[in-house]
Amino acid sequence: MTINMGPQHPATHGVLRVILEIDGETVIRCQPEVGYLHTGIEKTAEAKLYYKALPMTDRMDYLAPMSNNLGYCLGVEKFLGVEIPEKAQWVRVLLAEVTRINSHLVWLGTHALDIGALSMVLYAFREREDVLSIYEAVSGQRMMSTYFRIGGLAEDLPENFDQLVRTLLKNITVRLQEYENILTNNRIWRNRTIGVGKLTAEDAIDAGVTGPLLRASGVNYDLRKARPYSGYEKFDFDVPTSNRCDCFGRYEVRMEEMRQSLRIIQQAIDGIPQGRFRARAPGIVLPTKEETLYSMEALIYHFKLITEGFSPPVGEVYQTIESPKGELGFYFVSDGSPKPYRMRVRPPSFVNIAALPKLVVGGLLADVIACIGSIDIVLGEVDR
Amino acid sequence: MDINTKEKVSAKFGGKIIEASTQFDELSFVVDKSDLHDVVRFLRDEPGLKYRHLSDITATDWLDRAKRFEIVYHLYSFDLRDYVRIKVRVGEDEPVPTMCSDWKTANWLEREVFDMFGVSFSEHPDMRRILMWDEFEGHPLRKDYPLTYEMPQFTFNKDEPPEVIK
Repeated sequence: MTINMGPQHPATHGVLRVILEIDGETVIRCQPEVGYLHTGIEKTAEAKLYYKALPMTDRMDYLAPMSNNLGYCLGVEKFLGVEIPEKAQWVRVLLAEVTRINSHLVWLGTHALDIGALSMVLYAFREREDVLSIYEAVSGQRMMSTYFRIGGLAEDLPENFDQLVRTLLKNITVRLQEYENILTNNRIWRNRTIGVGKLTAEDAIDAGVTGPLLRASGVNYDLRKARPYSGYEKFDFDVPTSNRCDCFGRYEVRMEEMRQSLRIIQQAIDGIPQGRFRARAPGIVLPTKEETLYSMEALIYHFKLITEGFSPPVGEVYQTIESPKGELGFYFVSDGSPKPYRMRVRPPSFVNIAALPKLVVGGLLADVIACIGSIDIVLGEVDR
Repeated sequence: MDINTKEKVSAKFGGKIIEASTQFDELSFVVDKSDLHDVVRFLRDEPGLKYRHLSDITATDWLDRAKRFEIVYHLYSFDLRDYVRIKVRVGEDEPVPTMCSDWKTANWLEREVFDMFGVSFSEHPDMRRILMWDEFEGHPLRKDYPLTYEMPQFTFNKDEPPEVIK
C-alpha cells in the first residue's frame, strides 16, 4: 500500500511530503518530496547588493537565524579580507551558541511531541523564551534578527545583555537536567528511539549527512573544531559523539551539545573584550551615526555604501560553518561587480533529509515519525 | 589549503588538469568531464588525501562562454581538515557523468543542479526536478531566466517584459 505523508502533516515539521510504500506495518520504500517552500533565495541574491541579501538568510533556517547570518557574513568577509574586531567575534560566537540552544530546544520539544511526550514541547518553548528575549534585546526582533553585519554587528550590545545571558545560563543548566529526568530513562522514550533509524558511519559519510546526525554515528566531525572560524579556537569545549547510530544516540548528542554550548556561552560572557563592535573599514562597513554627524568623509562613505555597495575581487569563496543542523556552506562567485554573480547555499537539512530512506526502510511505519524528528529538518532551509 | 594535495594531483594527472588555482587559501582544479571520475576517486581513495565527504555539488552559469556551465564539486577530507574544489565545464545540452555511484549525496544535489540549471547527468538513476514542480518551464538559476517572472503567469505584470538580471 502507498501512503502519502504530508505535505500538510503536523509531524513532518513543515511542508515535507513523504511517499511511503508499506507492507503491513513495515516500510519497504520511502521517497521524500521537497520543494513546497522554495522561494528562490539564491536567484534573488544575484539581484541584490551583498549586504542586502543578508536578511534573506534568516528566513532559511528560521530556528537558527544567527548561524545563517554568521555563515553569510564570514563568506563575504573572506572575500574582502576584513579584520573583525575581537568583541564582535566573541559576541558572534556567543549568539551562535545561543542559537544552537534555540534550535535544539525546538527540536527536543517537537521531536518528543511527535513520539508522544506532549509535556516536553511546553517546557522547551518556555525555555526558548529566554533565548528569544536575548534576540529581542539585541536586535528588536524575536525571530528574524539579522543582527550580524558584514564587518561586525548591527548595533552595540544593549545594557541588559549580560543579565539576560546569565539568566539563560542559569535556567537552561537546571532545565536540561529536568528534561533528561523526564526522557532519558523513560521506558516509552527508550523503546521508541533505541535501535530506531540506524545509520552506520560508512552510510552516513556516503549519504553526506553532517551535524548531530553524523556525530551520532560515531564520526567526530565538527567544523568548530576542525576548521575554527570566528575565534572558536579560543574557547574550551568538547564535541560529543555517540556510537549508537540510532535516534537515541542523536538525542544524547544534541543534549550534550546544549551543555557544551552553555560552556561556550559562559566563557564568552565572562570575557567579552572591550572595543569596537564593527570593523573600521570604510566603504565596506557603515560608519556609526555619530561619525556621520561630524565627519564629512563618513557621511560620503555612508552614502556610497548604501547606494552602490562594495565590489569584492573576482573569484570564488566557499565558507562553511557548523550550524545547529550541520555543515552550512556558502559559495560565492564574484565577477567584480557589487552583486554576487552566484550565491549558493549548501543546506545541511537538504542533504540530511535525503538520507531518510536509509533510516526508515525496513522499519515500522510509526518509526518514520521518530526518524524525521531525529534528523531535525527545517523546510525553509531544505527548499530555500 | 593543503599543499600536498596540489602536488599529488599534479603528479598523478599532470596535463589532464586544465587549470589549478589557489585563491583565498582554497584549492581548486578544473578538469575535463571525461577525467572527472578518475580525479575524484583519486582524491577520495588515495592514502594521505582521503577526501571522503562530498560536501556540495552546484553550478554556475557563465552565459557568454562557449562552455556555458561550470559544475562545482566541493570535497572535504576528515584527515586533512580541508576542502578541495573540482570544476567541470560543459556546454548546453551536454551531460555530465553522475557521481551517484560514488556518493549517495550526489543523487539529490545533482537533481537540484538539473532542476535549477538544466544540466543533465548521464546515468543518474532518478533525473527529475526536485524543488520545482514537474510542469515548470525553464530553469530558474540560468542567467537568461528572468528574475521577475511568474510561472504560471496570471497577475498584474503579465504583459510587461520580464526583467533579466545578468
